[in-house]
Formats: sequence, C-alpha cells, structure tokens
Amino acid sequence: MIYEASILPIMLFLIIVVSVLAISILAARKSSSSKDYFAAGGSIPWTVNGIAFAGDYLSAASFLGICGMIAFSGYDGFLYSIGYLAGWVVALFIVAEPMKKLGKYTFTDALDSKFNSKGIQLMAGISTLMVSIFYLIPQMVGAGALVTPLLGLPHYVGVIMVGSIVIFIVATAGMKSTTYVQFIKGSLLIVFSTVLVIFLLNKGLDTNPSDSYHDFKELSAISSSGKITGIKESGYSITGNYQTEKGHFLRLESQNIETWWKVEKDGVKLTETLSIVAARGKEKLYNGAPIEEKRFYSVGHMSKIIVDGKEVKKTGSLGPFKFISTIQDSEVIRFVSSKFSYEDASISLWYQEPTSGEEIMRPGLKFKVDKGSTPLSKLNFVSLMLALFFGTSALPHVLIRYYTVPSARDARKSTILAIVAIGFFYILTLFIGLGAMVNGVLDVESSNMSAPLLARYFGTILFAIISAIAFATVLGTVSGLIVASSGAVAHDLINNYMGIELSDKRKVIIGKIAAVGVGILAIILGILFKGMNVSFLVGWAFAIAASANFPAIIMLLFWKKTTAKGITWSILVGMISAIGIILLSPSMFVKYGLSASSAIIPLDNPGIISIPLSFATLIIVSLVTQKDKTKKSIEKN
Amino acid sequence: MLIIIHRGYNMLHEPVAQSEKDYASDYKRKLGIKLFIVYGVLYAGFVAINALIPGKMETRTLFGLNLAVFYGFSLILFAIISGLLYNYFCTKEENKQRSMGKGDNK
Repeated sequence: MIYEASILPIMLFLIIVVSVLAISILAARKSSSSKDYFAAGGSIPWTVNGIAFAGDYLSAASFLGICGMIAFSGYDGFLYSIGYLAGWVVALFIVAEPMKKLGKYTFTDALDSKFNSKGIQLMAGISTLMVSIFYLIPQMVGAGALVTPLLGLPHYVGVIMVGSIVIFIVATAGMKSTTYVQFIKGSLLIVFSTVLVIFLLNKGLDTNPSDSYHDFKELSAISSSGKITGIKESGYSITGNYQTEKGHFLRLESQNIETWWKVEKDGVKLTETLSIVAARGKEKLYNGAPIEEKRFYSVGHMSKIIVDGKEVKKTGSLGPFKFISTIQDSEVIRFVSSKFSYEDASISLWYQEPTSGEEIMRPGLKFKVDKGSTPLSKLNFVSLMLALFFGTSALPHVLIRYYTVPSARDARKSTILAIVAIGFFYILTLFIGLGAMVNGVLDVESSNMSAPLLARYFGTILFAIISAIAFATVLGTVSGLIVASSGAVAHDLINNYMGIELSDKRKVIIGKIAAVGVGILAIILGILFKGMNVSFLVGWAFAIAASANFPAIIMLLFWKKTTAKGITWSILVGMISAIGIILLSPSMFVKYGLSASSAIIPLDNPGIISIPLSFATLIIVSLVTQKDKTKKSIEKN
Repeated sequence: MLIIIHRGYNMLHEPVAQSEKDYASDYKRKLGIKLFIVYGVLYAGFVAINALIPGKMETRTLFGLNLAVFYGFSLILFAIISGLLYNYFCTKEENKQRSMGKGDNK
C-alpha cells in the first residue's frame, strides 16, 4: 500500500524526537555514577516507576502487534493481551519485593546473591543478552513499519533512525533518561488510546465504513458441464485459472487490466480479491496495475449488522459492551491470504471471507484449537500461554526497573500501578483491533499498522498523534532493553564474571560502549526480520525468559536446596532448548525458504518443553551438587 | 520448604540494596503465594477452556458478552483488584510491625 507523508505527523514526530533527546541530555548532567547509569540512582518515585513500567512493557508488540492480530484474527489476538497481563500477577505476588531486596543493578545480582558463582554470572549475563535481543527484534520491525506511513520512508530507514536515537538516549544518561522517556510515553499511550476508543464507540458500526471505501464487485460465471467457460457481465474475459487448498481463483482481463477473482462455493458467483503479482524482471502489479495507480485498497468491513435481532445498515454511537455484543451478533468480511505460483509469477491474493461475529469473538481463527485442530496445535497454544504467564517476571528489562526505586515497598506499589495501567490498556486493545477490522482501514500487507491506520480514519491529527506515540513506544522499550543489555555486559560479564576491576566511571563507559554495540545489532536484525508480526516475535522472547530465567528465580526463592550449579545449568538448558526449538520450528523454516511441514520440531512455541526441562535440570543438578554446597558452607565457617 | 528472604543472604561480591530487616516479609510471602495460586487456577481454567472446549466460549454471559470476552476481561480486572488488595494488606502488616517497633519495613 502507498503511504503519503504529511506535514503534521512529521512535525509531531520531530517534537517527540527532540523531546527525548532533550530529556537525555538533561538527565546526563545529573548521572555520573554507575548507580545513576544502571539504576537511575535508585531514586525514582514509585508513581513514575509504575507508569514507566507500563511505558517499558507496552511495547510495539502490545500496541502494534496485538491490535493488528485482533484486527486480522479477532479474539485470538486478545489472548496475547490476557497472557501478557497475567504475567504481572506472578511478578507482583512472587518476584517484585525479593528481587528488589536481593539485587543491585541487574537480575544476575539477585540470582547470584547467595553464591558468588562465576557460572551464574556468565549464564545469567548471556541469558539477559539473548532475551533482550529477541525482544529487540520485534521492536525494530515495528519501528520500520511505523516510519513508512509516518514519514514516507523505507522500512530500513525507520529501523536505522530508531536505533540511532535509542543509542543516543541510552549512551547519554542510561536508566534515568530511559525512565522518563518511558514515563512520558506510557502516559501518552494510555491517554490517546482511550481517546481513539471514545471516537470509535461514538461513531458506532456501519456496513459502509466510508464514502471512499472500495465497492468490491461480484460477477457471475457461465459454466458448462461443471467448467467455467465465460463471464456473464460484458467486458471480462478469463485469462487464468488456479485451484488451491483455499479455493478456486480466476484471472480476468478487463480494459487491459488483469485481476484475480474467487469462485464462490456455488460455482457461479465470483468475488473480487486483492492481488500482488510479482514476476521476475517485471514491475510488481497491485490489483493488475503499478502501485502508483492506487488500485490496492485498504479493507475490512461488516457485511451484516444485527442489533437486538434486527438487521441495520448502521448503529450510531454504542457503549463498550454493546459494541462488542453487536459484532458478536453480526457478520464481518475478513480478507484471508493465499499464495501460489502461476505462469512464473508469484501471486499473493487476499480474498473475502464472510465470518460470523461468533467466530471472530471466540478462539480459533489464528490458534488451531477448534476446526482442523490437532493435539499438537492445542499444545502449541498452551505452550504460548504458559510462556506469557511465566515470562513477564523473568524479563531482564522489567526486573531491572525494581532497582530504580528506593525500597521494596516502592517496588510493590509501582508493580500494582503498572498492572492497573497495563490492564486498562489491554482492554482497549480489543476495541482498537475490532475497530480496525470493521472500518475499512486494514493494509493486508502489514497487520502491524492496524492501530495507526484506525486513527487515520478519524482524521490526520489523531493519526499524527497516535503514530508519534507509537514511535515513542518503540523508543521507550528499546531503550529499556539496551540498558538491560549494557548492564549485563559491563556489570555481570566484564566486572563480575571476568573479574576485571572497573572504576565506577569506567563501568559507565563500558556500559555505554555495550549499548552502542547492542543497538547496532538490533538495527541489523530489525531489517532482516521485516514483515513478521511483532507480537508473535515477542512471544519467543517470553518463551526464552520463562525457560532460562524463571525456574532459576523461583527455585532460588522457594527451594533451599538450590545450588549455584543447579541455577547455572538450568539457565543454560532453558536457554538452549528454547532457542533450539525456535530455530527448528515451522515459522523459522518458512523464514529459511523451506516448507513449514518439513520443520524438525512441529512446535512454534517452545515453553511447554523448555520450561519443565529447565526446572528438572535445576532440581537434578542441585541434588547432585549438595556436597559442594556443604563443603563451601564448612569452608566459610 | 520456603526460604525467608532478607538481608541475611547478602552477596559476597556486591552489596545488595540496603534495607532494614523486613519483619512483614513472611506474611507478605504467604499472602502472595495464596493470591498467586488463586489467580493461577483461574488462568489455567481459562487456557483449558480455550484449548479443550473452545465452543463453550460462545456461551452468552453478562452484558451480552460471550464467555471468551467476559472471562478475559474478568482475568484483567481480577489482576487489578487482587493487586490492590495485596498492597492494602501488606501495607497494613508493615505498619503494624512498625508500630511494634520492628524495623522500618521499607
């Protein structure tokens, strides 16, 4: 889809950029020590920290990814919201206060607090880096997706731009500037998402989303002996015919433009599709024409609206529950993707799929838990929900925020404020996603753009604000991740593991160098992973955190037989098994250019294997190494 | 057996965040575990229905919402309410310990 840059979004974007750079420079004047750099001096008020938690956590995955997934797959996208929020309960009730009391700058400090073990320092440092990098990829992908419509720039430019700004934020003042950027961004995101939902409810539902919405045509086929031989309407001729698992498609020529149509079940009705045809050495055609001709439309509408048992064309303003229940009772036209090769060209089609509201508002459109499900597909779903539940409290960039407040009580209070803010936002995601689904704003090429495009439906000003906030969202989260990574390198690995004594000033310098290095790596990965749904990618980061870190944290807190070797091995096994399963998963095989069915491990989400494996490793190794523990204890005494 | 976490488990290589001994920590830990178990059961039930009997999620409940949305919203609201209750009881216990002259319970 073609996006045209306009002045207002660019102005707001520049204001955001200048503001965060100014915050960073101001904060840099007040932060000189390593405590300032890695933990904002431990002096952040709990109210600021709570909203900063939200600003840190409500990443591109939450705002862009979840809203996009709901817009394309209905309720299944909302399951991510529920899983992400539920993880905070674990953080509050089990992890928050103990982690605050045991740690100093990084969560490795807390894990290692009883042991002073080189193994823990090394493994926890590496695990922090791995989780942060997996979390960084989707943020950078989201940044690239945003900059295209906002500034009219290519994806890679967006990624480089975000990477550079974030490197500046972190390299100037570390956690202090990061905290205030996250605080401002978290506040703005919640306020303006609420505004967007108010606009949406006030507008209500309409079978014709707007006057400019494309009128998708229907044609009638002429068939003889079960074969389609022509088209009833004049001016169309059949030039291609293809049958896939997903349906029967015809290529029709009219006025020298070739478009693809879906043959409906009755074998007579033909419905218009969206198509992209890419042939080697030829210009890519969007609905039969070059992209500049703007024949590739934004989509998504309601075909039937039922209110209190009566069919209506539009509803007028609706309350929040009525909005959802009306969609449940009605019918929506979704655009479903089908890809195949035809006459040496790669064809991507999006055909109309009338879907009942009941089906949209229950699980099954994305996660294979109902029609066509297998025990394995159900296991895949459970595995994802498990990783989301246990992953939050093991994310290094979330855990380091406990060290920015003065006390354990502040850590607890800031976590509760975060739950309130994040929970409220996640409720909004259902409305934003459904709003995008039915208001003709979807770009079938990029689910990640659904929320900003819904904002554009309500005018340029709201679009500009929401896009600028979404951009700040990426900045805030990426900054937090880079602070966590730089702490892992400078504090955990160089200072503690390698035993290189660093002066306070030197530790900050090393941290800043590490921030630059991780930032550059994030830029490269953000370009390579273009096009993947950001929330799906974040699911992997959660799985690695839940597998590598969570068992170690829980067992350290609740099992007194836990040993240093047990923790070290559980992190290693959890991390390697989670990453290994991801690399051998169907989604990655598609990324390698192979078929999903040829994947060595049929699971996309590793948690259900890697989390228990990590727990089992910790228990077995700890039991085997009890003698070491006793020996050390005797030596100590 | 559970471990009581306090400054006694100090780091050998780095000082931990300095705080007074928390006499309310045992109470807070037990309350946290209880609330975690309650929430964990509710969450497990939600995941189980979605995975095993997804058709049940179409059942209509309050406000015209189906079970899928109602249960999802309820999990979010319950997280908020239980968090606020947890803080209320923890703060009350900390204040009680403080009034008894046991540490500052930071």
